[in-house]
Amino acid sequence: MTNPLLSVRNLQTSFYTRDGEVKAVDNISFDLEPGETLGIVGESGSGKSVTSLSIMGLIPTPPGKIKGGQVLFGGQDLLQITDEQMRKIRGKRVAMIFQDPMTSLNPFLRISRQITEISELHLNLTSKQSRTRAIEMLELVGIPDAPNRIDSYPHQFSGGMRQRVMIAMALSCDPQLLIADEPTTALDVTIQAQILELIKDLKARLGTSVILITHDLGVVAGMTDRLGVMYAGRMIEYGPTDTVFAHPAHPYTQGLLRSVPDPYEEVEELYQIPGLPPDLSALPPGCPFGPRCPEVVAKCQTQPEFVSVGTDHKSACWLNAVSTVQERKEIERD
Amino acid sequence: MLQFILRRLLLAIPVLFAVLTVSFFLVRLAPGSPFAEERAYPAAVIAKLNEKYGLNKPLPEQYLNYMNRVILHADLGPSTRYPDRNVSDVIVQGLPNSMILGATAYLIALVLGMGAGIIAALRQNSGVDYGAMAAAVLGVSIPNFVLGPLLVIGLSLSLYWLPPARWGDFSHLILPAFTLSALYTAYIARLTRSGLVEVLRSDYIRTARAKGLRESVVLFRHALRGSILPVVSYSGPALAFLLGGTIVVEKLFLIPGLGNFFIEAANARDCFIVVGVTLVVAVMLLVFNLIVDIIYALIDPRIAYK
Amino acid sequence: MQTPVEPAIDVKVDSFELVEGTSLWKDAWRRLLKNKLAVASAIVLSIVLVAVIIGPLISPYTYDQTNPDAVYMPPSAAHWFGTDQLGRDILVRTLVGGRISLLVGAVASIVSLVIGVSYGAISGYIGGKTDEVMMRIVDILYSLPDIFLIIVLLAFFSKDLIILFAMLGAISWLTMARIVRGQVLSLKNREFVEAARSIGVSTPQIIFRHLVPNALGPVIVYTTLTIPSVMLTEAFLSFLGLGVQPPLSSWGTLVQEGVGAISVYPWHLIFPGTMMAGTLFCLNFLGDGLRDALDPQSRAD
Repeated sequence: MTNPLLSVRNLQTSFYTRDGEVKAVDNISFDLEPGETLGIVGESGSGKSVTSLSIMGLIPTPPGKIKGGQVLFGGQDLLQITDEQMRKIRGKRVAMIFQDPMTSLNPFLRISRQITEISELHLNLTSKQSRTRAIEMLELVGIPDAPNRIDSYPHQFSGGMRQRVMIAMALSCDPQLLIADEPTTALDVTIQAQILELIKDLKARLGTSVILITHDLGVVAGMTDRLGVMYAGRMIEYGPTDTVFAHPAHPYTQGLLRSVPDPYEEVEELYQIPGLPPDLSALPPGCPFGPRCPEVVAKCQTQPEFVSVGTDHKSACWLNAVSTVQERKEIERD
Repeated sequence: MLQFILRRLLLAIPVLFAVLTVSFFLVRLAPGSPFAEERAYPAAVIAKLNEKYGLNKPLPEQYLNYMNRVILHADLGPSTRYPDRNVSDVIVQGLPNSMILGATAYLIALVLGMGAGIIAALRQNSGVDYGAMAAAVLGVSIPNFVLGPLLVIGLSLSLYWLPPARWGDFSHLILPAFTLSALYTAYIARLTRSGLVEVLRSDYIRTARAKGLRESVVLFRHALRGSILPVVSYSGPALAFLLGGTIVVEKLFLIPGLGNFFIEAANARDCFIVVGVTLVVAVMLLVFNLIVDIIYALIDPRIAYK
Repeated sequence: MQTPVEPAIDVKVDSFELVEGTSLWKDAWRRLLKNKLAVASAIVLSIVLVAVIIGPLISPYTYDQTNPDAVYMPPSAAHWFGTDQLGRDILVRTLVGGRISLLVGAVASIVSLVIGVSYGAISGYIGGKTDEVMMRIVDILYSLPDIFLIIVLLAFFSKDLIILFAMLGAISWLTMARIVRGQVLSLKNREFVEAARSIGVSTPQIIFRHLVPNALGPVIVYTTLTIPSVMLTEAFLSFLGLGVQPPLSSWGTLVQEGVGAISVYPWHLIFPGTMMAGTLFCLNFLGDGLRDALDPQSRAD
């Protein structure tokens, strides 16, 4: 294995609210190789976005706080460096695009100002150079008539166009890592496909590594090399995307996969995981998925370890532990 | 843009017409006469005075005469209280003083209020924040006619720093302007703080930070614009109240301003001054509101001139 | 002053509590109770209210009882707040003045509630041309120099309490109408209104049973903040000699009398002034607390 570009180790991020501590991200780890795409899926509130904001150093503090762990980026722990050093990495080496392009662009500033400020800052371009660069970037992401439209305001663009602007902005300093947090959730279905195709295409052309955060398994299927599944702030399954799709090890992942509609199969009713996502401020002891799990056993009262279940494939479920596998086989035989 | 301004000015005409009509009839329908109150003139003298000012004619005729004079000759009529002057003279004398006082007070409120609001928002939930906001609530809880005398006692009668009253050079302006500005400083501080707190939580500020911009750039280039919008839209009503406030402050500090003339004229039933000043104030309000709307649209590109 | 909050408790009782957990009102109530400043303000306001109502009844003096032998007496056991230039007891005058001042605030906010809420709700619900005309009227009234017109009215007609109350109410409903209209506009296309319409609920019923209760949050907050601002306006008019007329007193007139004697007889200003500023202070804090409680988005943490 080569040196990973990004290596998150035992990251723990909590929010301190009136209801007490909420462990939004609880001890998660994953690696990202250069040029690779990692998908992180989970329901809303599972900690995907907090994970990405923790990497970027954008957790609002207070009420949030990164309690522990490491975020090794190119060998450097981003949690240990100064704010000033972090600022030089943000936008330049790690860039991020957000869920809602309607609100993520500043409504009061022209598109040109919003794109040029980033290359002026990080690449030390003159205003003229950065403008040329901004037009190039807008053309790259497929904005028609870029030289004329660059001086528009965000509200003069459609949602899909705004997300293209966000992508142009994020990629304008050739970052090594692009974090896309639900980049298509707020968009129309037809636009979603275009934006995903664009990210995929640019990644191939620019060699950027990508973390794609989504709640939509359909999105990660064709786009990612690896997949991490999060639930209640924890990583519960992690492995190569193909493997996870073919052999999901965790009942939650299995449930998620069953609830994706299959266009080739006619079903009466789509599967739905019973129950609701847990309240993070009042998690039950043991496996957080326990109360909703169709295969819950007595052992689930204690927290399962995140263990290897195959090549590069890990899962946090007692069903995967050797002893439980035995029990399960016995149950199945009955 | 030009069309927008023209449309607004056109809309202002019926408003001003209404103000003029309503205040004229209010004043003229009221019982009593400008000459009956204080000095007990003989009836013959009053009749003579009424005749001189055209107040003996039937009311509709008085109204038509008055409107005719105001609209066609831009003449606001004579003053019954100050017999040697007419209303325009009084306004020309008083308006600049009131404008200077009001503008200074508004500037103080803007600078102090926005400064305090920004600092409070940036140091959210700190001692500075709580202190500034408690002071702001205090500011909206103390009438300016109490604050004024307190300032006078503290700063001029005890410390002899500033003159306690009257009007003339810059030192006379300070105490009244601060007295008048306190309430608006407090409001603007609260508005700025809550506006900035909300903007700082918004997605586009997160985007700005994700770009690696310095916090000062995030604040001044990205956050401030959105957060002063509430202050801008509050400025219309604020300037209106400010005009009312000048009445009190001018009376407190013996400033020969429009407000002082107005209240004296109202107490002396000087109908022409009262109507004239009301009209001037209405014009100023309309102009202020128009300017406020233009500034708002300049800051927020999403607002189209309609 | 706590009355506006009470619907909060009623609403929560019959609201379903499934997995969503606490209902909006219960949540707001809980947040309000956690806001120490707001709770303290509510307590102080209740005490002031009780004192103002009961105090004059049990006081040995009346508000207009003069005493030439006890002019400008400093605070003492007989006169806790001292006496004024006619030897009247300042404590009882302050309490009676509080009745008037709070009454002015209450009347004005009731007027603004009744007119403002109905006007805004009707304008927002009917929409279209009607809405445009109704809101243009509000715009025009907004751009009138209202303070100046009130002064004209009071100075030229009579310095009557009723006129004062009516005028203060009349200027306070405009903002309320705008707020309610905005709320109704955003609510009127929601499912529960569609549902009510589809089963044939009449328009007035929809407006007042379905829309207005859902716009209650901002209405309560704005009402709480209207009271202090109207009280300030009354004080302002009293200072100009146009408000409450002697021998009756309001906090405004007492403070105005006190200002005249400030350096020699400071208690004449300090006691009524503190009462008034303290009450306004508490009303503002309670209003802020209510806003934070009812609109968690605006909360400052």
